[in-house]
Amino acid sequence: MVRKSLNILLVIGMVISFYSCSKNKIEPIPPPEPVPQPTGVGTPAVLFVPQVFLQSINPPIIPANNPQTVEGIALGRKLFYDPILSGDGTQACADCHAPEFSFTDSNQFSTGITMLQGNRNSMAIFNAAWNWNGQFFWDGRANSLEEQALGPVVNPIEMNNTWPAAMASLQADGLYPSMFNDAFGTTVIDSNLVAMAIAQFERTLVSANSRFDRFLLGQLALTPQELSGFNIFNDGNLGGGDCFHCHGSAANPLWTDNDFHNNGLDATFTDNGLGAITGNPNDNGKFKTPSLRNLAYTAPYMHDGRFATLDEVLDHYSQGVVMSPTIDALMQHAGTGGTQMSPSTKADLKAFLLSLSDPDFITNPAFQDPNP
Amino acid sequence: MKLITKSLLGIFLLGTLFTSCSKDEGCTDPAANNFDVEALKDDGSCTYDKLPEEVHEESHITFNFMHHFDGIPVTAANFNQFNFVTANGDTISITKLRYLVSDMRLYTTSGDSVMMNGYNLVDLTNGTGLSYEAGESDLGAFAGIGFNFGFDTTDNAGNYLDLNSANWNWPVMIGAGYHNMQFEGKYKFNGADSLYAYHNGTASNMGAHEQNHISVRLPGIALNEHNVVVTIEMNIAEWFRNPNTWDLNANHSNLMMNYGAQKMMQANGYNVFSLGAVSQRK
Repeated sequence: MVRKSLNILLVIGMVISFYSCSKNKIEPIPPPEPVPQPTGVGTPAVLFVPQVFLQSINPPIIPANNPQTVEGIALGRKLFYDPILSGDGTQACADCHAPEFSFTDSNQFSTGITMLQGNRNSMAIFNAAWNWNGQFFWDGRANSLEEQALGPVVNPIEMNNTWPAAMASLQADGLYPSMFNDAFGTTVIDSNLVAMAIAQFERTLVSANSRFDRFLLGQLALTPQELSGFNIFNDGNLGGGDCFHCHGSAANPLWTDNDFHNNGLDATFTDNGLGAITGNPNDNGKFKTPSLRNLAYTAPYMHDGRFATLDEVLDHYSQGVVMSPTIDALMQHAGTGGTQMSPSTKADLKAFLLSLSDPDFITNPAFQDPNP
Repeated sequence: MKLITKSLLGIFLLGTLFTSCSKDEGCTDPAANNFDVEALKDDGSCTYDKLPEEVHEESHITFNFMHHFDGIPVTAANFNQFNFVTANGDTISITKLRYLVSDMRLYTTSGDSVMMNGYNLVDLTNGTGLSYEAGESDLGAFAGIGFNFGFDTTDNAGNYLDLNSANWNWPVMIGAGYHNMQFEGKYKFNGADSLYAYHNGTASNMGAHEQNHISVRLPGIALNEHNVVVTIEMNIAEWFRNPNTWDLNANHSNLMMNYGAQKMMQANGYNVFSLGAVSQRK
């Protein structure tokens, strides 16, 4: 306290020194000419934080240079559902990220406008503002939601457009220039503003009303099978599920650690995942932990969509785990090929996992296609 | 006193920078009764009600956490390499190391302690929490420095949003609360890679939960300056050595639900930490 006061005095002293001098030597600086301010920089919109998050985890991350606005969200929502962004005007973000599938699709690999397919499963989108490390995609190659949104538009196997062409299409549209003006105060459309608007819309895609969420809030009782499954989720013993180190807990209801792991899918890798981005061979075969929310809508599973059903996923963790140089030490039953769950254990675990799905999320009117 | 002198010196030096400005002389001490805002050169005319009081001096304490394996420095840069040999002769690599420290404290010579509340998650894997500004204390000599490895029973019952977000929780069925440590890697067994997950937290035995944190006490230090940086060193090798020579092939995984393993970790943990360099500056 004492030192703080002294520092303040020092600053005051400095200011006085300068003031004393400038008053004698320098003409007062005229105030700057008023600069025309952009009109319509948007109406601030507070991101809804559900109670199960509020009571347990850190606040959402919203970049200071892209605050949520009513107009920005509306623009992003329209763009998300509009095929205008694709090279031939036939494909929108929502074609591979559809609300009924929790903003993924039901295919192992999605097909782009030139009928090409990639080697990764389309990722579900929800609770993106709670992705602490800010790394998006299965391999973490985008460092923000905004950066992520820039990717698919120009990816040759996805929307296969160029940004100059996409911006020209938007600029020539009858509605978009005024919507950009409302959201960002400019009618000059550029790719960064497109990505910012889409990211704003995506941040509103909050899912937190599953049966388990309502159980956490004391609003309902789980079935005995669901409760048994939750204990199996937390059971690290052979025969248990041993899921919690990567997939959250009642205190971390994101149901992901937002980190990257090799979960023992393959002995050798055809896709290096995170390692291809970092260049570190110790990261080869690592992919982002997907949330366990909304599994009822997001099949198929894994970064390459190799498992068509949840039963196949549980069989993998039970009997299908294989060693590899970068396998995560958390796969602690890898030596026995997995946790060796019994059929009834798997059935109970599956019941718990499905209690994390949120039917209100996929039908939320605010998230649906706004275009006529 | 030193800082007052420094402030006066600062004002004086700044004043001299502008000696080309036309200026009156006067009292230039803002703390004086007759402080003259226009004066740039002090003429010795300052008057005071009374002499400035003796300043009560404090020290800001920062803890740095350093890690080694019997003298080999360990950072994330030498993770994933079979660089280390345990007391049992197991050759190991490290893939993750993070742990919680709480209630940093200083023991006074009269037997009390000065608590610096709070906690810090040291994460060697991501390079976060390696430096922790714990708080303030009066200057002086202290008989010891200490902290808890993990949370004590009371703190372990709290709800910490940042730790929840870091997925640091310990399952309810084995005592709830939080991990003390997650320490993972591989060991060689018959030439092949095997996995270990040396996780520490509440010890649970047939439904009975037993606190398992470690109250660490290290030698005393003197706080002489306003900023003191205390280095805490972890010798990772000690987790495998004393009093329990750790056989990784017997205890490599599923240790969280293993009461005996948890208590052996606690016993070995008392020998893990030591006091490293202490640096002091104004």
